[in-house]
Amino acid sequence: MTDGRVGAGRAGMLVERNYRSSRRTWPVIVSGFFEPVFFLFAMGVGIGTLVGDVELADGTAVPYVVFVAPALLAASAMNGAVFDSTINVFFKLKYARLYDSVLATPLGPRDVAVAEIGWALLRGVVYSTAFLLVAALAGAVTSPWALLAVPAATLIGWAFASLGMAATTYMRTWADFDYVNLAILPMFLFSATFFPLQTYPPALQGVVQATPLYHGVAMVRELMLGRVGPGLLVHVAVLAALGVLGTWWTARRIEGLLLR
Amino acid sequence: MIRAEGLVKTFGDFTAVDGIDVEVRPGEAFGFLGPNGAGKSSTMRMIGCVSPPSAGTLEILGMDARTQGAQIRARLGVVPQKDTLDEELTVEENIWVYGRYFGLSRRLVRERAEELLDFAQLTGRAKSVVEPLSGGMKRRLTIARALVNSPSVLLLDEPTTGLDPQARHVLWDRLFRLKREGVTLVLTTHYMDEAEQLCDRLVVMDQGRVVAEGSPRSLIEQHSTREVLELRFDVADHQPVAEKVHGVAERVEVLPDRLLLYTADGESAQAEVTRRGLDPLSALVRRSTLEDVFLHLTGRTLVD
Repeated sequence: MTDGRVGAGRAGMLVERNYRSSRRTWPVIVSGFFEPVFFLFAMGVGIGTLVGDVELADGTAVPYVVFVAPALLAASAMNGAVFDSTINVFFKLKYARLYDSVLATPLGPRDVAVAEIGWALLRGVVYSTAFLLVAALAGAVTSPWALLAVPAATLIGWAFASLGMAATTYMRTWADFDYVNLAILPMFLFSATFFPLQTYPPALQGVVQATPLYHGVAMVRELMLGRVGPGLLVHVAVLAALGVLGTWWTARRIEGLLLR
Repeated sequence: MIRAEGLVKTFGDFTAVDGIDVEVRPGEAFGFLGPNGAGKSSTMRMIGCVSPPSAGTLEILGMDARTQGAQIRARLGVVPQKDTLDEELTVEENIWVYGRYFGLSRRLVRERAEELLDFAQLTGRAKSVVEPLSGGMKRRLTIARALVNSPSVLLLDEPTTGLDPQARHVLWDRLFRLKREGVTLVLTTHYMDEAEQLCDRLVVMDQGRVVAEGSPRSLIEQHSTREVLELRFDVADHQPVAEKVHGVAERVEVLPDRLLLYTADGESAQAEVTRRGLDPLSALVRRSTLEDVFLHLTGRTLVD
């Protein structure tokens, strides 16, 4: 993996750069924490009192807030990762031309891909840890396995940040980001996030299960409810595969765009 | 330092660099002179190892540009045509962060930043963000940043384009200092005065090819006469007047606003013009410059 043409193994230096620049824009970073928390109280606690308990696939019933909190954690991991890896990266790629100067140093396109995706994940870890604490305070955490929800959310972040960054390399104008929303919003609403899979018509259940976010939601939910089984590994494998694919693809695209 | 043989760069059907041979020696200031679109920047990008050659060989610091890009880039300093400073960082952070990309320690980059900001006359602005700096300051910061790894070769792509005359002179002064310290400079420019000021040797490029090579002095000797007589007439088109001065000089170039008469002796040529009954608005005898060389080689003026 030490091919000097694609990377110098110095992605950490670009992460350091992002950290330095973020110190001046910390309000933006803090704001990323509030979105899932607002959702948790509006949907989980608020609507939850109207909904009552939710019946899971195995027949047990849990309060709605316990059902929806893992999904919000997974979805916010996706949203955060996509935001960081699309809008922010597009600005650096097209306007700030940051990577042009980075690639004039020993760093290569893979370093750029790993650094930007890694930076999105670092932010994600902070958000998901904070969210988990708030969820615990709201009574939505019922199992010690929930601690693993943080690395799980990071895995979700990897899959989406890497695919998001790869997609960003194809963007021509800001208007193209509408396509990102077009992909993200339905996934956010319909990946068994707000209601269980068995409430979908049977024909659509397969479609839901094919989305990456479904695997993220299912994985975090199984962990937070303490229902740990071999099925988890399927979700992990799907998301990790997407992460690897997205990272490789991003590095290829950066190379094609900037090292012509 | 740098050796290119039959170097080619194509983008699809378009050939930007069409088989050039160039050799840059240690410690010299080497220039690529040519109009926009001559292939200068494409050549510089290949030398900077951010653009793979389409054909030919390119050796930099004894390494192959195709396969050892990262090692070569570790020893280059690059000043791109457009400043790519990190506007989200302060002046000193720009140098620190850039030094870190080269794997330098935090302590070392801080030391280097102090020296380099002094060199770039930016010490007073160290804590400032980049955005409000003037064009000349940004350019000097870009150069300071490019020097953070103590490069053996500094690549400058049109270093003074867009700067006011005073800022250009400050920049030239800094580049002279670097040269005296033994840094090899490779630069592109479309300004003749810049090439004459800075370059020990240069190549003139046109349409992707090298059309002449040598020191500024020797290029003028080879490709132009000692003196030039410039004549302006009160006419819309200078072409018909050119026929009337036929034979007065070795060669006549017709520009939209004047005639250039190439001759060893401008004074006698001017006397001959007067003897033929021509009455120019203005007549000026001057020494040949690189622009004349370029005009002769390509039939076009350099600054477009």
